[in-house]
Amino acid sequence: MENFAYASPATLQEALGLLSTKPGEVQPLAGGTDLISMMKEHLVTPRLIVNIKQIKELGGITSGKYGVRIGSMVTFDDLMENALLRKSLPSLVEAARGVASPQIRNMGTVGGDLCQRPRCWYFRQGYGVLAMDNNKALVPDGENRYHAILNNNGPAFFVSPSSLGPALVALGATVRVVSASGSRDIAADKFFVTPLNESMREVAIQPNELVSEIHVPIGTRNATYEVRHKTALDWPLATASVALKMNGSTVTSARVVLGHVAPTPFEATAADKVLAGKGITEEVATQAAKQALMDATPLSQNAYKVQLARVAIKRALLEAVKG
Amino acid sequence: MPDYSWPPMNDRRVIGKRISRLDGGAKSSGRAKYASDFYRKDLLFGMLLTSPHAHAKIVSINLDDAKSLKGVTAVRAIAAPGDEIQWEGAEIAAVAATSEEIARDAIRNIKVEYQVLPHLVKEEDLSKAGPRAKAAGEQVTGDPDKAFQDADAVVVEGFYGIPVLTHCCLESHGNVVEWRQDGLNLWPSTQNVSGIGGDLATSLKYPAGKIKVEMDYIGGGFGSKFAADRWGVETAYLSQMSGGRPVKLMLERRDELMIGGNRPSGFAKIKVAAKKDGTITAWQSESWATGGIGGGGSPPLPYVFTEIPNKRMSHSAVATNTGGVRAWRAPNHPQASYLTCSALEDLAAKLKMDPVDLFMKNLEVTARADTYRAQLVKASELIEWKKNWHQRGEGDPGPVKRGLGLAINTWGGGGHTSQCRTIINPDGSVQIEIGSQDVGSGTRTVITQVAAETLGLPVGSVQLVMGNNSLPPSGPSGGSTTVGGVSSSTRKSSVNALNKLLETVAPVMGVQPEQLKAVDGRIQMKDNPSKSMTWQAACAKLGTNKISEMGANDQRKPEGLNSSGVGGIQMADVSVDTETGIVKMNRFVAVQDVGLVVNPKLADSQIHGAVIMGICGALMEERVMDAYTGRMLNPDMEFYKLAGIGDIGEIISHLDITPEHDKRGVIGLGEPPAIGVVAAIANAVANAIGVRVPRVPLTPMHVLAALEGRNA
Ligand SMILES: Cc1cc2nc3c(=O)[nH]c(=O)nc-3n(C[C@H](O)[C@H](O)[C@H](O)COP(=O)(O)OP(=O)(O)OC[C@H]3O[C@@H](n4cnc5c(N)ncnc54)[C@H](O)[C@@H]3O)c2cc1C
Repeated sequence: MENFAYASPATLQEALGLLSTKPGEVQPLAGGTDLISMMKEHLVTPRLIVNIKQIKELGGITSGKYGVRIGSMVTFDDLMENALLRKSLPSLVEAARGVASPQIRNMGTVGGDLCQRPRCWYFRQGYGVLAMDNNKALVPDGENRYHAILNNNGPAFFVSPSSLGPALVALGATVRVVSASGSRDIAADKFFVTPLNESMREVAIQPNELVSEIHVPIGTRNATYEVRHKTALDWPLATASVALKMNGSTVTSARVVLGHVAPTPFEATAADKVLAGKGITEEVATQAAKQALMDATPLSQNAYKVQLARVAIKRALLEAVKG
Repeated sequence: MPDYSWPPMNDRRVIGKRISRLDGGAKSSGRAKYASDFYRKDLLFGMLLTSPHAHAKIVSINLDDAKSLKGVTAVRAIAAPGDEIQWEGAEIAAVAATSEEIARDAIRNIKVEYQVLPHLVKEEDLSKAGPRAKAAGEQVTGDPDKAFQDADAVVVEGFYGIPVLTHCCLESHGNVVEWRQDGLNLWPSTQNVSGIGGDLATSLKYPAGKIKVEMDYIGGGFGSKFAADRWGVETAYLSQMSGGRPVKLMLERRDELMIGGNRPSGFAKIKVAAKKDGTITAWQSESWATGGIGGGGSPPLPYVFTEIPNKRMSHSAVATNTGGVRAWRAPNHPQASYLTCSALEDLAAKLKMDPVDLFMKNLEVTARADTYRAQLVKASELIEWKKNWHQRGEGDPGPVKRGLGLAINTWGGGGHTSQCRTIINPDGSVQIEIGSQDVGSGTRTVITQVAAETLGLPVGSVQLVMGNNSLPPSGPSGGSTTVGGVSSSTRKSSVNALNKLLETVAPVMGVQPEQLKAVDGRIQMKDNPSKSMTWQAACAKLGTNKISEMGANDQRKPEGLNSSGVGGIQMADVSVDTETGIVKMNRFVAVQDVGLVVNPKLADSQIHGAVIMGICGALMEERVMDAYTGRMLNPDMEFYKLAGIGDIGEIISHLDITPEHDKRGVIGLGEPPAIGVVAAIANAVANAIGVRVPRVPLTPMHVLAALEGRNA
């Protein structure tokens, strides 16, 4: 790891001031579970680290009339333990529960989860987020078992690592972003972007901006289903988060979002269309799952993920209307 | 000649008891110190620069910028310009510095220019190996062609593959070395306390007698930690260059996975023929494997069922630009068991025969038919085979399908050459000295139990000193040879020491030494227990002289105390979610042939560990190489996947502890239960889902591909 300076401001203003000093050379530190490993591998080499865990405004889970406000420093563990979320937003709780291990769930934060970097093994070995070596894209002919099956016609082939992302997109959440010059709200589905070159980020925020909080509407039937190989300390192979507006047992509108199948959370609008106006049965869920993956273009090794994504959708839908 | 034979089974007070491992507390509390824990104020930190290329020629190495860093005490080039590097992770240079951080910076400051050469890092596709594949001559027995063409023959053909696994010891390879004017101190992580000093001495051309080795605990070895290794030699030079200060060099996790040693792969096209009643008539296998640039790995095929009358076998070793092979818990056997048992299970499925019956039918072509026959019965009973088994693919109608599978193993396990010293002090205290090591298998506990039993004392009264090369030498812990070796040498030295004590007290008690025995902390007459004296009082008669007696086990002459040769049957019960391809372990049954079991609890624990290791290999573990860059993509514990506690299911171990087996003496069992696990699980999955998954690990990728008929 390169040497770096460290600051631990107590106020948001101070932190934002520091972040705007040398954009690009300053990096916020939340739980550190990803940032520190990136620094150890010399994949990022910030000159200044700004610890934002001490900032009170960034914490807390509170409920308002239209939904829930979740501070960006809330940990996975906090999400899982919160009674309000367990009742109204089980899809978010389930997504948090799946993450890695108790240690990571204790340290990792909501903001960090959204801004963490991809796990593509070529990226982590130093070939860049687009995994290129001398102008050759390494993923298409390489070891791509964990890579994208949708929106994967290049140059990005990695999958978005965030577990909370798909749930937040499905729920129609808004991400509030702050900088020294003010704040703005970004719809969760616009928060994740597919980089077209190495200088672009995977998220729609600037280096001098912080995620301060998330607003999540309630009132849907929602669920997340993750296909995980190992029971702990592992990444999902494919996930689906669904949020259903219901009238009795009929779906009035649906949002089905897949995780770990594309460079961003993938909105399966084809599935949404199948579901609108129907009740959720095994047949309907299977049909929606089938439609959702119609456009999948698996790479040489990852056709199996198409099936996994379908199952995840089916099981998430059935889970959402259970009980 | 003293009588060293083991006490009769029903007379034993300590041997055969389920005593918890004596160092359990030290290990679980962190009090146990490993080489990687070593710390001293003057300690320096060593680090390796390794090759990022799989195959390259070194053009130049420039150490200047590393040397000029403040805090750096030594920098050494290991490779030289002109050298050809044959795998990623090969050692290029080494540094020592006053902190780990400085050592890391120094490594980054070394400038190496490489001329990159073409590489081959994958071997699954033999046709792509070209001249890198070296075929060993074909072996033919009988007339396989005729047997396969026989009109009555039922023939199956299949392809099976098991990938390279890497060693992944929790404590990586490495050591601390302090090389001063007057001698060299080595604190290694080794399976070979008595021998590693000599190995280092040879490399350093330095007198072995001046090398002191000490190791109390090791965080895993499994066959990969016998030698001083390149990095051990380098650590010594770094210490010497740093004025004799101690240097600690432990491999980084990524280097550990690349150069800490691997288990070769095994791929094979296999054809088997049988009569309609299941009698196997012919075997044909074309196998290949890699264990690095030296080729390596040759599974003995057909495994266990060696005497099939008509056979044709050929094997190719593929030289790849990958880290080298090292022994890995039962070298070659897990691959052989997997390849053979998969083919036999496929044969059973084609014959619509229960594979237990197929195995039973063909036991006469194995070396221990009776053992296996009894074990098949026992294992079937424990896993409720009759109740739970179904024809391949004819199980539950829902998406989650349950299946059973079996596999077979065999191993040696005779005791290695070992010497031990037993000391009895006038104050009654007892010390056992032995230059062995406890690699986590419970050796400490076993030695203590044997001494306590022999001397008629409780375990707590025996003090054991081990893990030091100034003690009587004992062999390396490999091949499951330790328990037989150390139990026999300890038995002998303790019998010898006791006899000396009896000779001292017999005249005092007015009897002959042969009339006495040691039991329950007393010395008493064999036929008159009331005539006795306490152990303490007896030892007091030694006056000012302690007893110090040696005992030795000679590998070639175990004198009935230990022996070699076991078999085992293993069975798996799995559930497969056919929608996701995820395999869940329900139960695993391991029935293991054993001799005299010194501590059944530790023996069970060996089996549990072996089964867990096998489950990792069956379900998730695999080295992933990138064909284009030549690099290993998962040299970490995130994507080099190992099972966690939730992935393991229930493990039922059964030891054949009987008077008849007890007579064979002690036999090692670290390795045999690791052999058949992958095979049994792979067969259970085939039984569950109705198709063979030709490649392990049984990941969703491979399982779904097989279910959907894609090329896996
Ligand atoms: C074995 C393993 C398995 C894992 N499995 C999963 C999984 O299944 N699903 C999953 O989602 N994650 C998984 N993780 C990753 C883990 O969830 C992330 O490391 C964690 O969410 C990062 O949060 P953090 O607070 O530690 O962020 P940090 O490591 O502190 O930061 C991560 C990045 O986000 C930036 N950042 C942090 N907070 C903010 C903010 N408020 N505003 C702007 N930028 C910010 C940092 O600068 C940095 O670039 C796994 C990790 C491991 C090691």
